[in-house]
Amino acid sequence: MNAQLQPTGSAYFIAEQTEKDETRTLAVLVDNEPGVLARVIGLFSGRGYNIDSLTVSETEHEKHLSRITIVTRGTPHVLEQIKNQLERIVPVHRVVDLTAMARERGQERPLERELALVKVAGTGDHRVEALRLADAFRAQVIDANTEHFIFEITGRVSKVEQFIAIMKPLGLVEVCRTGVAAMNRGPEGM
Amino acid sequence: MNAQAPAREGQEVARKEMTGAEMVVQALKDNGVKHIFGYPGGAVLPIYDELFQQDDIQHILVRHEQGAGHAAEGYARSTGKAGVMLVTSGPGATNAVTPLQDALMDSIPLVCITGQVPTTLIGSDAFQECDTVGITRPCTKHNWLVRNVNQLAAILHEAFHVATTGRPGPVVVDIPKDVQFAKGIYTPPQTAPRTSYRPRVEGDQDKIRAAVQLMATAKKPIIYSGGGVINAGPAACQALRELVELTGFPITSTLMGLGAYPASGKNWLGMLGMHGTYEANMAMHDCDVMLCVGARFDDRITGRVDAFSPHSKKIHIDVDPSSINKNVHVDLAIIGDAGRVLEDMVRLWRAGAKADKAVLAPWWEQIGKWRARNSLAYKPNDDVIMPQYAIQRLYALTKDRDVYITTEVGQHQMWAAQHYGFEKPNRWMTSGGLGTMGYGLPAALGVQIAHPDALVIDIAGDASVLMTMQEMSSAVQHNAPIKIFILNNQYMGMVRQWQQLLHGNRLSHSYTEALPDFVKLAEAYGCHGIRCEKPGELDDAIREMIEVKKPVIFDCRVANLANCFPMIPSGKAHNEMLLPDEATDEAVANAIGEEGRALV
Repeated sequence: MNAQLQPTGSAYFIAEQTEKDETRTLAVLVDNEPGVLARVIGLFSGRGYNIDSLTVSETEHEKHLSRITIVTRGTPHVLEQIKNQLERIVPVHRVVDLTAMARERGQERPLERELALVKVAGTGDHRVEALRLADAFRAQVIDANTEHFIFEITGRVSKVEQFIAIMKPLGLVEVCRTGVAAMNRGPEGM
Repeated sequence: MNAQAPAREGQEVARKEMTGAEMVVQALKDNGVKHIFGYPGGAVLPIYDELFQQDDIQHILVRHEQGAGHAAEGYARSTGKAGVMLVTSGPGATNAVTPLQDALMDSIPLVCITGQVPTTLIGSDAFQECDTVGITRPCTKHNWLVRNVNQLAAILHEAFHVATTGRPGPVVVDIPKDVQFAKGIYTPPQTAPRTSYRPRVEGDQDKIRAAVQLMATAKKPIIYSGGGVINAGPAACQALRELVELTGFPITSTLMGLGAYPASGKNWLGMLGMHGTYEANMAMHDCDVMLCVGARFDDRITGRVDAFSPHSKKIHIDVDPSSINKNVHVDLAIIGDAGRVLEDMVRLWRAGAKADKAVLAPWWEQIGKWRARNSLAYKPNDDVIMPQYAIQRLYALTKDRDVYITTEVGQHQMWAAQHYGFEKPNRWMTSGGLGTMGYGLPAALGVQIAHPDALVIDIAGDASVLMTMQEMSSAVQHNAPIKIFILNNQYMGMVRQWQQLLHGNRLSHSYTEALPDFVKLAEAYGCHGIRCEKPGELDDAIREMIEVKKPVIFDCRVANLANCFPMIPSGKAHNEMLLPDEATDEAVANAIGEEGRALV
């Protein structure tokens, strides 16, 4: 769903969007219970918000807490709504706008990393070139035979995308990406 | 029920082994439930078996699960307590969806217990299986599928807690049949709820102080109150009345908020919004300070948002942070319970703000001019009953009684809101947010169950009332003498009005050609039927309706083509209302421009 097509104001009057979209990374701390991810995703689809990336995993086993990292896009008004609506979900403990927090601390953005598995098949020059570039990108070879490699690459989204783009002409077969994991710099927790 | 482990003294019920079905009944009792509305079926039979063997909870059998839901909503709104419904799996649960969404949009505490196929069959497309928690996830405040009988009691208590606290709303507890049979340990309601759910009740004192200061400087203030004040309880309504009295501010209210401030109060401007009064909407448009309390700037209220009250500083009190800045940007937001915040405001105003009420004199003078337009006027008629006249007579003949009003959705609903005067909170039950035709009749049943000696009237339309007419049978069964006062114009009046406004008077499928004979229908159900066609006979007929000690269907034949004014047409602002004396055929046809047409 695209929030830009979603009327924000009333059903009578669809106000023109004058604010610009921004990208934000949100960290959402939730009780790890059945259906919690469906609640979060359902909120985004039901209210017409964007999800650019979403990752989720249990982070504190004893407390049954999971951390969901969502990269979303919208006007400041919509972003405020997203945060408020997320906080309304009963099993949601906290919603932290990591991007806003980073800015408050004088940083441009939070630390964001993504992991991708990239399968490249080929022989001859392409194969040599793929391996050479993987080395330049500090990608690991985690599986290989004489006809293929599987690379594991970790880094910022832009780096992962660039690597995938470069592999395309060299025999790219398959890509699997985790989505963004994010955290803010410095000693303080979220 | 055998207590297996000896409990500590004073906690006999505390920790006890019982079946899941027994736990449901025990949890209902422990949460103060006296009445539940429901319909049995395969997946809830163990719970029904337990209900059969006790007398503390009265079960009201309905004819359709939607009726159970709306009845529970009416019960909840008229008592301030949670309404409870019990339905079976599959179709029972899907039929509950409309009332759940209705309760979600109008913030009504509704606990819905659904049966589910046994856990081992979940996912196998078993008979009467549906993904109840999946289907109801977006139309509840929260929902649970109980997979372990030992969690059942805690979940049921949590369900009541979530439904009734913060911004109230509907919850669903889905209980598989094997969990109902299984034995486990019952735990009593706990005081410490889950840590992730902590609604804020107390308002930020600095913000409240700033709000009071802002209000003290106002020259053209207005208070705009909503259903949140009624949800916050009688004390909140009292605080609102005190604040109005102290400040001398004019007050208007949403459809859901009627009754929080009395309609006879001298500062009352009437309802605002699409079919609100001219004075309320003009005052909203021209005010310099707006205090919005327990309302959510719904699109039926704001009209065109970019022209909504352009010169005012806006203060918004709401218990739900997501209501803030959702539709309209506000200058000062106070998160908290409406009652608490209003009480703080009253205290601060008393202590500090010595605002001179004389400052408001020019503002009241202006409001007086708007009032003089008499925007609710209509042309009286000696031959046909005008629908507005019918409501006015109903009001005049019932206002001194212990009366509760419910409505369906449409023109009759707006006329009731405009012409019936509500003096107290919790006396007005209507479907505002979702606009559910068919709400009023079962809601009246629920209200009557909660208040057996009161006069409960469903002001209905001929189209809406047929959507849940089957519940007349429930009313008869449970000796609930509800009065169904149908403003019968043989049209879906509001649909027709919009077709006249927007679609060149092409009345596509808004005329009901084969209405039943409502008097005979009443008799068929074992109710009392009344028909009235002449204005001169109306008063006697209404008296008859009040006197009859059984459910009544009153077929009030009204002017077929009357429309509901005043009105803010689509895409227009508060100061561009269409008033009844201006609503000529031509004005109606041209009221909404090309652009507004697409908007609804």
